[in-house]
Amino acid sequence: MLKEKHATEIEEIISRYPVRRSALIPLLYLAQREEGFVSEAAMKEIAGLLRLTPPQVYETATFYTMLNLKPVGKFHLQVCKSLMCGLAGSDTVIGWVKTKLGIGPGEMTTDKLFSLSAVECLAACGTAPMMQVNEDYYERLTEETFDRILADLKKDGTCSLKTGPFMWPEPANAVKGET
Amino acid sequence: MESLEGKRGLPRIKPPFPATHGLYNKPTVVNNIETLANLPYIVGRGPEWFASIGSPPKSTGTRVFCVSGHVKQPGNYEVPMGVTFRELIYEHAGGMRSDKPLKAFIPGGASAPFLTPSHLDVKLDFESVAAAGSMLGSGGVTVMEEGTDMVWAALRLMEFFYHESCGKCSPCREGSSWLVQTMRRIVAKRGQMQDLETLVDLCKNIEGRTVCAFGDASVAPIMSTLKHWRPEYVTLIQEAESANLIKLEPAGVRH
Repeated sequence: MLKEKHATEIEEIISRYPVRRSALIPLLYLAQREEGFVSEAAMKEIAGLLRLTPPQVYETATFYTMLNLKPVGKFHLQVCKSLMCGLAGSDTVIGWVKTKLGIGPGEMTTDKLFSLSAVECLAACGTAPMMQVNEDYYERLTEETFDRILADLKKDGTCSLKTGPFMWPEPANAVKGET
Repeated sequence: MESLEGKRGLPRIKPPFPATHGLYNKPTVVNNIETLANLPYIVGRGPEWFASIGSPPKSTGTRVFCVSGHVKQPGNYEVPMGVTFRELIYEHAGGMRSDKPLKAFIPGGASAPFLTPSHLDVKLDFESVAAAGSMLGSGGVTVMEEGTDMVWAALRLMEFFYHESCGKCSPCREGSSWLVQTMRRIVAKRGQMQDLETLVDLCKNIEGRTVCAFGDASVAPIMSTLKHWRPEYVTLIQEAESANLIKLEPAGVRH
């Protein structure tokens, strides 16, 4: 139960707003952080906390695609497939996931380490192709950086290539292998 | 505001405007972060200084343009309003990625109609881009090189609009789905000539018939590619017809 484990944080979130319902999306995020996705049990509990009906929570939770309603891998790869990334090779990135991890969009590896979604624009068009892993951005992907990201995630649970910014002009300590 | 109130992100019917009835039904000021970022300089150095930059009378100051697509150095560039697309693409963004000729560009984000190489000398200000038949919108400039399949490009954007449609108004919710299905059929070389009329008909029935501007925006890619690159649609459909992929079959045929 969220309430027992995160009582102080929940109180703090609710206290931010003059209307309890405003705490709904932050609390759904909290639930997602806990389990990797928003479960029905969590939605019912949040409804109780905010004095809403479960459908009121459900209708909001189902609208926002950043909330996962089904279990995802420990590392949830969200590869942008909109036009701007498409021009820069996002289909190739999805191809790398297929060959290296054996999963397509909507699938999860059997060890539950990685799952893949093809998502719409994540507002990093200038540094395409890009993907979001859990809450971190990885931009200007090349096959070399992609391999390194997967290896680092497996080994350390994180990767120093996250969140850039990889803008021009290139910083002096630019990542090797980037074009 | 709906998200902040913990609700589904649907547009509100205006009026009343947020200035009188906004968040929690209280007066609310909603500003773009770009506007707020300009304020300290305008307050500090004066409006005359700000107005001396850019392209008066209406498009003064600088703007950040995000150049993406087939250029050598994609990224965000802050330039005075009124420079040309040619300067932005070929000087700031380093020119075309493979030195191929430019085929098309989007001047202001996914909702802005596509423009052609003949519009490269259009100035980056609100009036000039509007006169060229598009809009400066968000300032997201996407560049496509020769060889890009424009029907595919329009489909990719249409899939984005289909996904992002909030579902409040039927024309946008249902229409975007139909547009994606029709476009997928054409790209998969299973289209028919009458699909082109269907596309235009659908677009015209979305535009201006929705609560928010999203419906108007969602038809821009298809309408503008149909306007400038109609032969590409026709070629795909002719290939479908010559391959005879769409021969009508009597109901109940087993495969």
